[in-house]
Amino acid sequence: MARLHEHEGKRLLQEAGIAIPRGRVASQPEEAAAIAQEIVAPVMVKIQAWITGRASVGGIKRAATPAEAEAAARSLLGMQAQGFTVTQVLVEEQLDVAQEFYAGVIVDDREQAPLVMFSSVGGTGIEEIAAQHPQQVAHRHVDIAFGLQDYQARDLVRRTGIHGKLQRQLGALLVKLYQTARRYEARSAEINPLVLTGDGKLYAADCRITVDDYAVFRHPELGIAIAREYNRPPTRLEKLAYQVEADDYRGTFYFIQMAQDFQKGAGYIGFHGAGGGGSMMSMDAILRQGYKVATFVDTSGNPPASKVYRAAKIVLAVGPIDGYFGSGSGVASQEQFYSARGLFKAFLEEQVDVPIVIRLGGNAEDKAVEILESLNGRIPAPVEGYKKDDSPDFCAQRLDTLIKEAAQQPPRPRTQPQHPAPQRPYSFATVTGGTVTLDHAVCATCESKICIQACARHILTLNEAGLPVLNIPLDEAARGKCVECLACEVDCLLYGAGGGHVDLPLPDVD
Amino acid sequence: MSILIDRTKRVLVQGITGREGQSRTRLMRGYGTQVVAGVTPGRGGQTVEGVPVFDTVTEAWEHVGPIDISVLFIPAPLVKSAALEAIDAGVKLLVIVPDRVPIYDVLTIARRAKETGARFIGPNTLGVLSPGQGVLGMIGGRAAAAKSWFFPGPVGISSRSGGITTSMAYYLARAGIGATTLVHVGGDAVVGLPHPDVMLEFERDPETKAVVMFGEIGTSQEERVADLIASGAFTKPLIAYIGGKAAQSGTRFSHAGAIVEGGRGTYAGKVARLREVGATVVEEFMELPQATKRVLASL
Ligand code: SF4
Ligand code: SF4
Repeated sequence: MARLHEHEGKRLLQEAGIAIPRGRVASQPEEAAAIAQEIVAPVMVKIQAWITGRASVGGIKRAATPAEAEAAARSLLGMQAQGFTVTQVLVEEQLDVAQEFYAGVIVDDREQAPLVMFSSVGGTGIEEIAAQHPQQVAHRHVDIAFGLQDYQARDLVRRTGIHGKLQRQLGALLVKLYQTARRYEARSAEINPLVLTGDGKLYAADCRITVDDYAVFRHPELGIAIAREYNRPPTRLEKLAYQVEADDYRGTFYFIQMAQDFQKGAGYIGFHGAGGGGSMMSMDAILRQGYKVATFVDTSGNPPASKVYRAAKIVLAVGPIDGYFGSGSGVASQEQFYSARGLFKAFLEEQVDVPIVIRLGGNAEDKAVEILESLNGRIPAPVEGYKKDDSPDFCAQRLDTLIKEAAQQPPRPRTQPQHPAPQRPYSFATVTGGTVTLDHAVCATCESKICIQACARHILTLNEAGLPVLNIPLDEAARGKCVECLACEVDCLLYGAGGGHVDLPLPDVD
Repeated sequence: MSILIDRTKRVLVQGITGREGQSRTRLMRGYGTQVVAGVTPGRGGQTVEGVPVFDTVTEAWEHVGPIDISVLFIPAPLVKSAALEAIDAGVKLLVIVPDRVPIYDVLTIARRAKETGARFIGPNTLGVLSPGQGVLGMIGGRAAAAKSWFFPGPVGISSRSGGITTSMAYYLARAGIGATTLVHVGGDAVVGLPHPDVMLEFERDPETKAVVMFGEIGTSQEERVADLIASGAFTKPLIAYIGGKAAQSGTRFSHAGAIVEGGRGTYAGKVARLREVGATVVEEFMELPQATKRVLASL
């Protein structure tokens, strides 16, 4: 889920008519001083980080003067908060707190409806307070067709024992909070604490809004770069992976970097799963062998070979892993040779020298394993492919054995694959910015012409000269008729004369 | 017998002319599902795999007669409208295959479904398959594979992961245990027919003697199944595996919708709750076939 920072969430609340403390974000200490100067009152300086308990890690400071605000900002900017660096602080007026409440909206899977919650006590530790004083917490589901009505919201507040003008004020605020959650399709939207000041006004003193990943595309105004629920800023590889996913709607590619700056021999595995459940199960299997995972990757939902290729390239860029483990549910409905080709191409290009075990069970698994295991002798690493009758634990054990064997042996030499410039190139573009090049000089010597029958969409034919060409217009291939199945490179290399090549650049994120 | 899909059900495919719609129609028909019509706006009059295509669901209904089930192969942003169309036309069961359907769209579909007595499976589901009867969605991928992997038998299968639905049924079949029906409830946080609802379906099916369930961290589905057992609403033996033991709290893995929030939805909590009410929970996925054998033998 895409989490918004406090200041971003507050902006949405303000838009809806909920009062927020005066203030702005600063990324320089001097800016913090200037904001404090404008406010002309004591301020709070708060790190903008997606972590819980910011106060307990020293991420919130009070400042009575602009000079103090500057000093506070100087100490907070650049601080490490649960593994990431703070780059922004929110500088805002201190409120004259008379009372604190809690207000929230979440999506309840049980009732399949939004749930609005209000508590007459707020602040830190709301979960415990709610458990200890259930009579002070009220909630109700919202009929999504009608929205939250004012009388419903007031009654919710009434149930916690609040009456009079305050009940009306709080009711109106809850309606606005619900509308904000609904409008921006929030999985959750919380104000905690919701502050009543000495002069009788309500302010959202803090706010956490998490937008539904799948709805982010409808809200470009939120400027969410990566719709993923990281609790830290994404790494370079995560941005890269997200861009690959964003550029190609076919199948799903999900990537989390689990480790950074690790050493060879530290037991980190490049983990590449397929399917949510199967990936988790397979990851458990590799963890049980005593390894750690450097990546958690899921390519599933029938992704093209090109997407699996790009995923593998990103995994291999994570650092000096000790092995590569690929395993999904084991009995995939999708034809497995697409993934096998993607992996084959990535491993070949990178000349991987650490053991590789891939469990490719499912439709067409025989062909998939044959392709994958053809890497043996073509790269320094030993490669083993497994099928649906092999369990994740067995495969994880195989990887462990191979890693231990490899430790006993001298490193094997790399043989950089030769890519001589094509002499008579026949080229066309693909849908993700790639290029297919068939070297007709080589094709002329090719007996099998395997590309013709192996092409997933049968868009290649032999011309009068007996050379492979498209049987559709170039622009149709580029619009997606060429599904980047990689047969004209991988099958061509294995069973043809090796005249085909597909260039698939990774996106540029820097 | 079976639940949700059998030979008698008349099925519509929405999005039948698309890449997935077309190839999965081939699978469904090849496996024996009665696909009576397809719908793609603007493509009325065509045929796909011998199935007539109409512009709207109501038009399809008028031409081919009553429709029991609609399977949706529609891009995620358009799912809400297509699902409401099917519900309003009178279809009582929807199978929403696509991934990434916005959650408020799902809530809207759920709201309309409740009002009209319709139900939906998914979104983000591989579908439903009753061995020897029929398939909805894409379980098995190809009819020949689906025929060779699964056979009829006494267990019901319910899973929150698509791939696991297939592999669980396959590994059970290899151990000699056939299935009444395989259900992939869908990988998202909010799904139309979660585990507890599937359990109630299996409860009513006389052929189902026991149920094998693949649960996951996040949501309250498995806890609610435990509630059903405790209240006596679900009485058949349950054999379960819960995925996501290694997941850190707060990290969601993949589109599995596995979100750990507070104490709810944790691995330990689900396992303890299910065991408390007498369900068999195995630690290793590959123990499921043997555990199921033992349970069946004791009946
Ligand atoms: S298989 Fe390779 S070398 Fe042979 S014709 Fe096709 S592209 Fe050319
Ligand atoms: S031209 Fe054909 S074989 Fe080559 S990548 Fe495209 S679809 Fe595959």
